[in-house]
Amino acid sequence: MDRRQFQKLYRDLQRGTITRREFLAVTGLGTAAAVIAACAPPTGGSPTPGSPAATTPGTSPTTGATPSGDWAPPAGVSLGDTLNLTTWPNYHDQKTLDKFKDLTGVTVNVTVEGANESMLAKLQAGGTGWDVLVPTNYTFPTYAELKLLEPLELAKLPHFDASTYEKRFLEPAYQPAGSDKLYGINKDWGTTGYVINTETVKEPMTSWKDFWDKTRDAYSRKVTIHDYQLTSIGNALKYFGYSFNSVEPSELAKAEQLLLDVKPHLFAITSDYQPPMRAKDAVMAMAWTGDAVQLNRDIPTIQYVIGSEGGEIWSDFYSVVAGAPHREAAYAFIDYMAVPAVAAKDAEFHGYPLADSVATSLLPESFTKNPIIYPDEKLLTPLEFGAAVTLTDENRAELWARVKSA
Amino acid sequence: MSRRSRRPRAVTALLLAPTTAWYLLLLLAPLAILVIFSLGERSPVGGYLPGLSLDNYARLPTRATAFANTFALAAVSTGLCALIGYPLAYYLATRAGSKRTILLVLVVLPFLTSFLIRTYAWFTILGANGLPAVAAALGVEPKPVLLNTHLAVFVGIVYNYLSLMVFPIYVSLERLDKRLLEASKDLGAGRWATFRQVTLPLSAPGLVSGGLLVFIPMMGEYIVPALLGGGKVFFVGNALVDLFLQSRNWPFGSAMAIGLIVVVLISVTAYLRIAARGRVERETSLL
Repeated sequence: MDRRQFQKLYRDLQRGTITRREFLAVTGLGTAAAVIAACAPPTGGSPTPGSPAATTPGTSPTTGATPSGDWAPPAGVSLGDTLNLTTWPNYHDQKTLDKFKDLTGVTVNVTVEGANESMLAKLQAGGTGWDVLVPTNYTFPTYAELKLLEPLELAKLPHFDASTYEKRFLEPAYQPAGSDKLYGINKDWGTTGYVINTETVKEPMTSWKDFWDKTRDAYSRKVTIHDYQLTSIGNALKYFGYSFNSVEPSELAKAEQLLLDVKPHLFAITSDYQPPMRAKDAVMAMAWTGDAVQLNRDIPTIQYVIGSEGGEIWSDFYSVVAGAPHREAAYAFIDYMAVPAVAAKDAEFHGYPLADSVATSLLPESFTKNPIIYPDEKLLTPLEFGAAVTLTDENRAELWARVKSA
Repeated sequence: MSRRSRRPRAVTALLLAPTTAWYLLLLLAPLAILVIFSLGERSPVGGYLPGLSLDNYARLPTRATAFANTFALAAVSTGLCALIGYPLAYYLATRAGSKRTILLVLVVLPFLTSFLIRTYAWFTILGANGLPAVAAALGVEPKPVLLNTHLAVFVGIVYNYLSLMVFPIYVSLERLDKRLLEASKDLGAGRWATFRQVTLPLSAPGLVSGGLLVFIPMMGEYIVPALLGGGKVFFVGNALVDLFLQSRNWPFGSAMAIGLIVVVLISVTAYLRIAARGRVERETSLL
């Protein structure tokens, strides 16, 4: 790898296009991951597909001009030259951000976090300098109550049309519930299931019961679960048929017992499960839609399973952080991302389905017919949205910390 | 006393001012905040609510495993660093000859790379396509799992801290007066006796300070277990990160941080006591 490639990698990394989830999330340590991965042979855990590390510049899967629709920066408003976007890894096409810079002169600095909890923790601590945040549905009551996000000034978002958004995905951002104060507009949505590598996992896997039982049996030490209380506890609760969102002490106690029982059989507790799945260290991993899409795109034997008992369905948002230092640029960026053509092109990169029906109609069939992205309705029906209480509940937080440190 | 002693005192104060300010601002003040936080309670949405209770300290035993893990791994790794580092330092100081400079450069070389990248490199080496694949090719069945085990954390820690141990030992051995070895030989001591009774005691200060240099940061280690332990091998550092960034339980996190400081202080004091007693014994036995 020559110096220029390295610098490019490093820049992409800083912008969050080739980072890995948990890593940057907790530690800000993506550099090594990306650099090493890029230097390693493809079988040794190559980085995210579509990232410049995996393909030569200019030949990524999202080739072609990035559209901007009819979007132009708002007239007579000074946007400044930077914008701080705090989001999740592998979640934005760098081309989308570059195009925004071409149009506005605003450079988007990406900070990557791996959990809503850590985003909240840093906002509570204050002084983040963040402008745009990408929170998940269940966080809004807390953010609104703590006034950490601002209610959106819709006049500054002329390209956003609430009527084309699927109501159940957009709804959580209205706070208090049912009011017309909107704290975020949808980026995309997705599900939380698990990926299996069918090269090794040959029997049919359909449920969370299968997942937890086979982890303690046939695939011992070849499985990863998220380092994230919401999903790891939630999906353990599903084993017993309890609600994904339960905060009932007796139900949580059973989930804790299961997690402690499973822990010695895990390969890792990590939200950064693409590398072990690619390296075949792991043959099964708790996973989100987009990661499943990206893994399956590169390794077709990797399939995605949504537990038949249920689990999580979620939607993510673009929000403006209260006291954002680059407020005008934040609004301009969110408005730009609300342009259906822009959102659709971006989705082709990250692989998460969109809540805006107009944007969805622009997506190719390879996307809209992909069963990982759009699972069968009967699989979606039992899924639950995360509940606000799980974000702040001390028992769940403490349970998870106990399990991890056991 | 006269002006003569007052002026140097003013100069001393002036010279020490930056350090004093540094420690007050960046060590004592944060420490005070930590103590205050540790007496409070977690607010319902996370964070800190003022309070005055020792509950958080009473809860420390729920993290006993993390403390035990940290202490055991740090102690054993320090010992391992000494065992591996000593012969290397000995070779460098006494046998390397003209190659010494280049060898010393090689020991320092890894430091030119980020700690993180060095650690992450083990990810590839210990992962399924690294050493386990080699072992499997050589007929080892079943294919061993190395990554995300205690062993991996061990390797990562010892590898990263080894040079910190090598240098103090090297310096103490390098300064060792060769005539003492000759005297020992003249007095009839064999190689082993000379090493045990002359070389080792005289290099003990290097060993002791190397031990400190390695042990203390190991107790606060976070990155290696996070990367090579797969979230399953848990140090106090990892538990702390969870408390601040996931549970947002600042008071309990503060109590735990203080717990860690206390454990480090106690073990370092004990270690220095033992080291000092060893020196006294050696000196008296020499008489």
